[in-house]
Amino acid sequence: MAVAKKEQELLVTVSPHIRSDETVGRIMWTVSLSLLPAFVFGVYYFGPKAVYVTALCIVGSLFSEWLVQKMTGREVTLGDGSAFLTGLLLGMNMPASAPFYIPLVSSFVAVAITKQLFGGIGYNIFNPALIGRAFALITWPRAMTSWTEPTAAFVGLDAKTTATPLGLLKEGGMQKLVEVFGDKASLYTDLLLGHRAGSLGETSVIALLVGGAFLLYKRYITWHIPVSFLGTVAVLAWAFGGKGGLFTGDPLLHLLSGGLMLGAIFMATDYVTCPSTRLGQVVFGIGCGVLTILIRLKAGYPEGVMFAILLMNCFAPMIDRNLKSKVFGLKKEARK
Amino acid sequence: MALPTFKGGVHPPDHKELSAGAPVKEAPSPSQVLIPLSQHIGAPCKCTVKIGQEVKKGDLIGEPTGFVSAPVHSSVSGKVVALMDVPNAMGRMVPAVVIENNGKEEWAQLKDNPDYMRLAPEELREKVKDAGIVGMGGATFPTHVKLSPPKEKPVDVVIINGAECEPYLTADHRLMVESPAEVLEGLKVIMRILGVEKGYVGIESNKPDAVEKMKEAASGEAGIEVVELEVKYPQGAEKMLIKAITDREVPAGGLPMDVGVVVQNVGTALAIFEACRYGKPLIERVVTVTGRGVKNPGNLMAKIGTPVRELIEACGGLNDNPVKVVLGGPMMGFAQYTLDVPVAKGTSGVLVMSEEEHSASGKFGHCIRCGNCIDACPMGLMPSLLSIFSEKGFYEETKDYNILDCFECGTCTYVCPAKRPIVQFIRLAKSLIKR
Repeated sequence: MAVAKKEQELLVTVSPHIRSDETVGRIMWTVSLSLLPAFVFGVYYFGPKAVYVTALCIVGSLFSEWLVQKMTGREVTLGDGSAFLTGLLLGMNMPASAPFYIPLVSSFVAVAITKQLFGGIGYNIFNPALIGRAFALITWPRAMTSWTEPTAAFVGLDAKTTATPLGLLKEGGMQKLVEVFGDKASLYTDLLLGHRAGSLGETSVIALLVGGAFLLYKRYITWHIPVSFLGTVAVLAWAFGGKGGLFTGDPLLHLLSGGLMLGAIFMATDYVTCPSTRLGQVVFGIGCGVLTILIRLKAGYPEGVMFAILLMNCFAPMIDRNLKSKVFGLKKEARK
Repeated sequence: MALPTFKGGVHPPDHKELSAGAPVKEAPSPSQVLIPLSQHIGAPCKCTVKIGQEVKKGDLIGEPTGFVSAPVHSSVSGKVVALMDVPNAMGRMVPAVVIENNGKEEWAQLKDNPDYMRLAPEELREKVKDAGIVGMGGATFPTHVKLSPPKEKPVDVVIINGAECEPYLTADHRLMVESPAEVLEGLKVIMRILGVEKGYVGIESNKPDAVEKMKEAASGEAGIEVVELEVKYPQGAEKMLIKAITDREVPAGGLPMDVGVVVQNVGTALAIFEACRYGKPLIERVVTVTGRGVKNPGNLMAKIGTPVRELIEACGGLNDNPVKVVLGGPMMGFAQYTLDVPVAKGTSGVLVMSEEEHSASGKFGHCIRCGNCIDACPMGLMPSLLSIFSEKGFYEETKDYNILDCFECGTCTYVCPAKRPIVQFIRLAKSLIKR
């Protein structure tokens, strides 16, 4: 904007005349950065294929965003990092062994259909990356659940299994799981560090926690969804997860396995598809936790985080409508 | 220990360093003043002078036409040369009296009251009314009305608002540092008028010298307490200030007196003291002239009716980079299209913004529902949803989300990462549903 040389050139706009320097792009790129530790671990653990699969997802996402925005005559917004983040998340939710067409088609489903056809950023009902993954899981159930052995980086460690810990638990129970990992202590250690089969970005709980702590520190997420989600899973797993009756389950095992950490910290907290108020977010998190455990314990799939979040996405607008923020001064008046 | 405050709010850079250290200077007396007849909320005044008439400082030139109204007085001695419309801060043309200054600074006969604290509350209230005092923080609500609470709303607390939460502004700050005793006397007069035993002065902690001076002045005064507040915009909004200091919550749609509180601005308190002590009407006020677009930012004692142009010149004139001139602060102030706009009773600052200081409002994106505005809204509203409803034309729906509780502080627009003009959308919806 040109400097007002003359009085007649003074700018007249309504207040406020100052804005914070926060932008959508900065948020999206920061969240992408916070996924880096978990992604790097995935590459280290699963090898170059992890890079390949994720790169295909990101390229597919960016291309889909560009394509639909061009076709519908809207402004192309690749720079805001939103499509990149969707691609990265989708990639981290894929097995490293996925053939090339799965990342490409799912990223198109995620960005073009789930997000852009609903109106673009801010208007999608469902988490794009999760819809992309759900589509892939239903379309290519085999390829999406074949967990290859990690690369040689961890030879000697108990990472040879080609079933995920939750898969093993579903098939053979706790006994089988402990058998595969050696003993209980190394089971937990391996789960925490990420030495296990699974989607390429979901395995390392510790790396995901580092990313989550960074986001909390930057205030891009709050504790409400992750804590209520994880807390619900822990309580319900403890109560109903055991074979020996009520309160004999293993909450730690459930917390450390599957896509729970990735889902609770990075997917359920997606601004667009979760409720906006803090109270609503706690309700949302509890709902995600209940559905996750219901699917893990009682349904055909070993893992339920993805479907749990997607189902709760449907309820987010309703939660917002019924759990509005507390208006200053309203309670006292209502009490009269 | 955490300082008292309210829930929500934001911390914009305050830039008060530009003018906070500059003592209040008398602005040069302008060659002519343009005194609007409506400088308050309520009925405009009726002009009581004719063209050609000689007036002195403090002479009545406009008389109120209703209870919610405030008289207007001449701020110079000289001759009425025109009755014409002039722009006000909001950009509207309003009737005004133009007086040519003869430079003699002759005062009208004022009634001195050394024993003002012995006067009956009604007499004091009458003096406030006759002096034309209005809320000088910017709201410009006639003060005597606020000092006349109905019987069914007993008031037990008076708060002097020294928060000055708008960035850049330092007028109240300087008053508290330079005239703490007078401000405190003003508070005592208000307490006497209302028959109240408890008075507070609320000051944001970024003004430690003001806190110290006010505490010094208040030491030994029973029932008066100086409260240091967290620095947070909009701490100076009445409801937020009352919440922070007394923990009382003004009901939605209600007034401070509903919870037994009356709030007055620092400048107003000083004006009340001067009116009761010296019989002096409100004809001048402290104006902060600031921003990086002006050469020597400072605080000026300016006569009501002085064109803003002369205040800027008194501060060294414009730099070569101004893009916007705002009356008031950057969060709620009004951008001007002309520098001929006169200083009014509610003009707390003249902010000349340079290109770097000012955030252009322009392209904006979709709401990404990050919830930043919901967290920041001091009224606990959901500005994101309100802005979407308004953008799409669903004005009626905004009522279900308490849109009328919004006092348009602009915090939502400030924090929005998608740069959405949220408060602007809210203003639009509010104006349409009020019809």
